[in-house]
Amino acid sequence: MRGLLAKKLKFHLPIAFALSIVVAAAFKYTVTEPRKQAYADFYKQYDAMKEFNAMKEAGIFESVRPSGE
Amino acid sequence: MLATRALSVLGKRAISTSVCLRGGHGVAKVEPYTLPAYFDRTENPLPDIRFVQELSAEQKSLKEKEKGSWASLSNDEKIALYRISFCKSYAEMHKGTGEWKSIVAGMLFFCGFTGFIVLWQRKFVYGDVPHTFADEYKEKELQRMLDMRINPVEGFSSNWDYENKQWKK
Repeated sequence: MRGLLAKKLKFHLPIAFALSIVVAAAFKYTVTEPRKQAYADFYKQYDAMKEFNAMKEAGIFESVRPSGE
Repeated sequence: MLATRALSVLGKRAISTSVCLRGGHGVAKVEPYTLPAYFDRTENPLPDIRFVQELSAEQKSLKEKEKGSWASLSNDEKIALYRISFCKSYAEMHKGTGEWKSIVAGMLFFCGFTGFIVLWQRKFVYGDVPHTFADEYKEKELQRMLDMRINPVEGFSSNWDYENKQWKK
């Protein structure tokens, strides 16, 4: 029973560290990198004024109404 | 002197069963739960008393034989001696009872019964849902979300094709 925690730690601690690092790396390369790329691609072709006019015509703004009214 | 006079008022039986304050001839009544008990537990391997207290004649003769050489005992006699001293073997002690099946069955039964109660409540207790749950209202909500370009990069509006006014394939 002596040194039971030390023995178990010696076995489990490296596994814990390795697993955590693997999970973090997997998350980074499957989730965050694609997400960053998606945002970059979206804003490369983004025309703010066109989007604004489309939203204005749809009538969602209170300060500027669609051109019809 | 006065105490014994008072005790005699209670009656002879009371004196013999209650502790006498003088002299100490009285003996306290022995309650059964104060005596050593037998129980099968792994933590307490050798209980204070034997399992079978009143031995039959056969068992008494077996106990006498036990005082001699144990090599002369047959296997059946050894098992009989064990059963005199102990109620359950370790294997019998540790065997599961299967009680968990009844417990899970009871749990599931009452979960199902709760379902009935919930259905009844939905029908007879609750009133109508707000008008905002109606289909036409929901359609207008959807259209407004698309107009506002909610989550256009990866979320809601990214699935709508604004040129062709339909959901992206």
